[in-house]
Amino acid sequence: MSVTEPQTPPLPTPLADSAPDKGGPAQPLLIVRDLQKYFPVRGGILGGKKAVVQAVDGVSFEVRKGETLGIVGESGCGKSTTARLLIGLLEKDSGEIIYDGQDLGGALSLRDLRRGVQMVFQDSYASLNPRLTIEDSIAFGARIQGLSDPVGRARKLMDRVGLAPDRFAQRYPHEVSGGQRQRINIARALAMSPRLVVLDEAVSALDKSVEAQVLNLLADLRREFGLTYIFISHDLNVVRYISDRILVMYLGEVVEIAPVDDIWSSQAHPYTKSLFSAMPSMDPDNRTKEPPLAGDPPNPINPPPGCRFHTRCRFVDSVCKTKVPALRPLTAGGQHMAACHLHDLGSGHKLAGKDVLS
Amino acid sequence: MTTNLVDIRNLSVRFTGARTVHAINDLTLTLQQGETLALLGESGSGKSVTLKTLLRLLPPKRTQIDGAIEVNGTDVLTLSGRKLQAYRGEEVSMVFQEPGLALDPVYTVGDQIAEAVMRHKRISKVEAISTALDMLRRVRIPSPERRLKNYPHELSGGMLQRVMIALALACRPRLLLADEPTTALDATVQIQILLLLRDLQKEFGMGVIFVTHDIGVAVEVSERIAVMYAGQIVEEGTTREIIKDPRHPYTRGLLAANLHDAARGARLNAIPGAPPALETRPDACSFAPRCPLAEDRCRAALPPVHVPNARRRVACIHANAPLAVG
Repeated sequence: MSVTEPQTPPLPTPLADSAPDKGGPAQPLLIVRDLQKYFPVRGGILGGKKAVVQAVDGVSFEVRKGETLGIVGESGCGKSTTARLLIGLLEKDSGEIIYDGQDLGGALSLRDLRRGVQMVFQDSYASLNPRLTIEDSIAFGARIQGLSDPVGRARKLMDRVGLAPDRFAQRYPHEVSGGQRQRINIARALAMSPRLVVLDEAVSALDKSVEAQVLNLLADLRREFGLTYIFISHDLNVVRYISDRILVMYLGEVVEIAPVDDIWSSQAHPYTKSLFSAMPSMDPDNRTKEPPLAGDPPNPINPPPGCRFHTRCRFVDSVCKTKVPALRPLTAGGQHMAACHLHDLGSGHKLAGKDVLS
Repeated sequence: MTTNLVDIRNLSVRFTGARTVHAINDLTLTLQQGETLALLGESGSGKSVTLKTLLRLLPPKRTQIDGAIEVNGTDVLTLSGRKLQAYRGEEVSMVFQEPGLALDPVYTVGDQIAEAVMRHKRISKVEAISTALDMLRRVRIPSPERRLKNYPHELSGGMLQRVMIALALACRPRLLLADEPTTALDATVQIQILLLLRDLQKEFGMGVIFVTHDIGVAVEVSERIAVMYAGQIVEEGTTREIIKDPRHPYTRGLLAANLHDAARGARLNAIPGAPPALETRPDACSFAPRCPLAEDRCRAALPPVHVPNARRRVACIHANAPLAVG
């Protein structure tokens, strides 16, 4: 038996015209601090403000260069709003978005942010202009940004994502399948030579067999061009497969963030634990017996005070109803962070530090 | 004479019009009383069309149906008028993917359930409302007396789906058809509805055909699985057989694409290509263009159906071969 040398992967070559690295490898590509976005709900005859949806409330996280951060959570948890804030599709109410050391709105203009950060949406059809050919759609952004040879760039990327340019360049979005359309959207995002790609449920609408093809493509592109991904999905299996770290959101807040293996082996927040046990079992001899949570996620209008999960939590104590838990590392300096009074010995929760979750 | 609740023989469904689509091709399927069968397949595989054919919901002018369907001894394809109305709701009823669209927004949920019961059972409104209340209780809706008077927009997605199930079961059908009833729901709500359906099936003893594209969901609710591809059933067996010993290359591909045991970062064994358009009736194995094991024989004729045991079948020439690597 011969011993094969472990192959060193070829070094990634950044996309042509990618913005140069400014902060060095230790500078996170993206830092988000205390991001907040409230939507007013209007109603009545005069259209007065009736309530506020606290869509994203005090969200902070970092995305390191070259990693994939998975974001999971249920509908209304603010994961898509976060994504839209990150590429400037929505204006933030407050908080900071720092891309490679530059503050959005300060040193960094929206135009420059869009060069560096691009997005792929869930609905592959709605996110393409039906009147533009595939080639024009992909070349559009590059043309607006004044990059050289937008058409040549588009054709090269079409080839890279597996759509033969000669066959597909002049077709319209309705003439191709869902999987192919999502490849077009990926090519369009890459045409701007971004360094960070935000994938918002990008594979969720695809059939399982096609989803696997697109996931393979995303993994290849990341390796080849040294890209950084934020991958938003409700499918935990997909997020586990593609991510390095996972961030869990509940009603507009981050409840847990950890490297994927850590969170997979032990979930520190009771909500994360419930979310993981709600995954259908794949073993017919060992099916789920009890639903981990009762009821639906509450409405993000007027979320509960204190810990927002306390209305559905099994371990709720009086402190949870009044005091908002801070997101903090489980062990000093550790990477696994959770926002739960159970892990804070000084919180006054009667079960704090008792390891009730395992 | 058979004891089957549902007996579908050589069913073919073709849509005509600007473009012909052979949606179902020679489908044979049986379901016994009290059994839960999951129809598993991707979009366009014909699983929803099968359910709609069972309820005769397809537009008659543009649909050509061949074959035979019997439900509890009744020939479904010849029903019409009052008999068809009685069949829908009393014998068979259906739960849809979007409960928000399936319920009428201008009536309270109590009235909607009561209307269905009054129509079929010919009882007074007061009795019908009490049946509705009982049904809301059985689908475990908290404070059912209050919910009875709610309009659909006042309820959350999970509650609406419970109401939908209550409505479908109000007349105690022998057969419940469920068309992706949990796909639009959040994960923590989905599992509640799946377990509820499992409990209600036991309680009412009805047969259930559950359409889904998610293998995990199929495992949670069903005891049997039929895998559909291009309007045909390519493999059928108990849930345990399909999960632990899949024989058809398509079933194996689907299981791998579920990613539940995929190594992180490893390349996925994706099925290449896309499903066929079904503009012509398949005269060879429909999966052959995407199949890693395809041979000339596969492209020449329809694959033989292997029947390893009484209620297991695999439509593949490789079905008897030892499991292929990967």
